[in-house]
Amino acid sequence: MLETDRLTQDDVRQIVREEIQRAFKKDPATKKLSMVASKGTLDWAYPPLILATAGAAANMEAAIFFTFYGLNIIHKDFDKKLLVAPTGNPAMPMPVPMPDVLTGMPGMKTMATGMMKSMFKKKGVATIKELLDVAVELEVRLIACQMTMDVFGFEESDFIDGVEFGGAAAFLSDARKSHVTLFI
Amino acid sequence: MAEYQENQLLDARGLLCPMPIVKAGKVMRGMEDGEVLKIIATDRGSIVDFPAWCEDTGNELLEWHEGDDGLVFFIKKVEEEDW
Repeated sequence: MLETDRLTQDDVRQIVREEIQRAFKKDPATKKLSMVASKGTLDWAYPPLILATAGAAANMEAAIFFTFYGLNIIHKDFDKKLLVAPTGNPAMPMPVPMPDVLTGMPGMKTMATGMMKSMFKKKGVATIKELLDVAVELEVRLIACQMTMDVFGFEESDFIDGVEFGGAAAFLSDARKSHVTLFI
Repeated sequence: MAEYQENQLLDARGLLCPMPIVKAGKVMRGMEDGEVLKIIATDRGSIVDFPAWCEDTGNELLEWHEGDDGLVFFIKKVEEEDW
């Protein structure tokens, strides 16, 4: 061990740096991930679930606050509710180039959703159900926004098991203790 | 390219992000400090994801290489310090 009177300025700097690094490492906020999931389409259901499960697998405490259309993701009927529409989304790959007016025809949403599901399955992407199961298993907190539930007329029993309920203050209280916060 | 003797093997071939990490995390939870997990994956994202995951969890990436049947990772479990 170094004797105090022999410490040079560089030694002190080194010690201070190490202590700060240690303190940062111990900060519980580095282990927390808080997200808002606001979109209710099949494609946008993926990012919050992927990040939450990857975070939980890296020993993070992950929480997702589902608001507005994001409530679809944790609805018991998520499989029927999560669709993808080609209209207004020029980035969506289509089998043949199609003008917007045609992408709005009846049946196009079903077709596009089916296409996305089969493409994901072929490539080996996990399904929404698999990701939800993993999220629950890894104790990701799934929080439904009470206000939008009331506006859309959802009951607590409309959601999958394990869902909690809360408001903006609950999310913010969680988010301020998390280094990783995302709005999706 | 060193081969390590693994205590557990995870076949993550065909799985895409985030499942290789999720499955590795699950297996690791049941392993003892110092034990080695061998993972075979085909997701190219794993090349970047497993080192990052090791940095976050404190586990040690011993070695990785491209094998004949996929990307091979050897990760040693390092128990996290209590805090």
